[in-house]
Amino acid sequence: MSTPQPLSYRQLFWQVMHRDLKVAVHNKGDILNPLIFLVIVITLFPLGIGPETNLLTRIAPGIIWVAALLSALLSLERLFKNDHSDGSLEQMLLSPQPLFIMVLAKISAHWLLTGLPIILIAPLLALMLHMEPLAYPALMITLALGTPVLSLIGAIGVALTVGLKKGGVLLSLLILPLYIPILIFATAAIEAAALNMPYSGHIAIISALLVLALTLSPFAVSAALRVSTN
Amino acid sequence: MWKWLHPYAKAERSYQLASTLQPWFAISSIVLLVVGAVWGLAFAPAELYQKEYYRIIYIHVPAATLSMSVYMAMATAVLISMVWQLKLADAAAAAMAPIGATLTAIALITGAIWGAPSWGTSWVWDARLTSYLILVFLYLGVIALHNAFEDKALASRAAGILTLVGVVNIPIIKYSVEWWNTLHQTATISKLSAPSMSSEMLWPLLTNILAFALMIGALTLVRFKNEVLARNAMRPWVRELAAKVGDK
Repeated sequence: MSTPQPLSYRQLFWQVMHRDLKVAVHNKGDILNPLIFLVIVITLFPLGIGPETNLLTRIAPGIIWVAALLSALLSLERLFKNDHSDGSLEQMLLSPQPLFIMVLAKISAHWLLTGLPIILIAPLLALMLHMEPLAYPALMITLALGTPVLSLIGAIGVALTVGLKKGGVLLSLLILPLYIPILIFATAAIEAAALNMPYSGHIAIISALLVLALTLSPFAVSAALRVSTN
Repeated sequence: MWKWLHPYAKAERSYQLASTLQPWFAISSIVLLVVGAVWGLAFAPAELYQKEYYRIIYIHVPAATLSMSVYMAMATAVLISMVWQLKLADAAAAAMAPIGATLTAIALITGAIWGAPSWGTSWVWDARLTSYLILVFLYLGVIALHNAFEDKALASRAAGILTLVGVVNIPIIKYSVEWWNTLHQTATISKLSAPSMSSEMLWPLLTNILAFALMIGALTLVRFKNEVLARNAMRPWVRELAAKVGDK
């Protein structure tokens, strides 16, 4: 009997991500519901504050980003929940493979399933809210760089609460404060773009936040998972 | 060099040390609080523009200055517990969280009370106010996580991770909020009195800051002792202690 060849980091990453994507395809509601939630929240704002075009144009970036935060929050729970309840999370922790890579793969899969659809639907929402046409590229760039940060930071909160029965409300308390910087810089970039001002500085900071989250958050997630599965 | 510290890794020794220190902290903080309060509220001169109501500074500033320090102390305790696996540092961190949250809340509430007459509004989305509001949320998250787990040791590890994540985020949040505020320059805020204070006002303020620091120390010791007892409830020394108190 030959000993199994150890997986390379890249193979490991793809395998974990592939598995997560495959599981998600079988539960389409998990992908669709946060997206529907996003659209409904966006619909509520004009109903709540009135259909006046100028007003909507002004607050569109903020509304879209706040709705994106909330929908990211809603979708986060399934990141580790099923794996925790069926025991595969423990198997992952026990395996000799580096947890960092596996966590990163799971978060990437989560972003593909929840962050990417938000980016794709964003222009439509921006259109509905009469957003300034000049700001569209900024909206897309900030969402492309910002939604991965939401998944990365959110994963820490999910990892901390996955073992708890009532983790949902706690999760929002834990991670929404940590989302504030990204919200501030993203909306500021879009507003600057709408005024036809340079916004590369904002983008640079969001990118820096992304790099920081990308390098540090998998460590925090790994540590948190070890606590949660104790 | 750190040999003398080693015996205190034992819960019992630490409990005894906390018991010895507690009266010193308590008495000195009470004395200084009374001195500082009477000095600040009755003897310090009235301010030129704000007349008498500026005196809330003697509560507001100590609470505000120290609320951030408590978070840092908590994070240091967590780091010690993670690096050297000292379970007692966890108890200290758990003891400090509600104290810090209360201080931050006091800072915000006294700020609102002060803001009403001096700024004409209780709340503005000023950078400092906003970042303190977020600090309250961070504290509440840590406390909520402490309470969410049945097992105290597990709760401390989870809350510890969150505390450290918060420490990384505090400067980011602070600067982003400050930057956000300068961008959305809507409310104009008059500066809190003159930047330099007269020494007649400064000394009572410094007295109060020291008094608050000692009070935090005393409260932390009380809560630390409770945490140690709760975490070691099954140990013989705790049972003996409980039996002794019961006999009285």
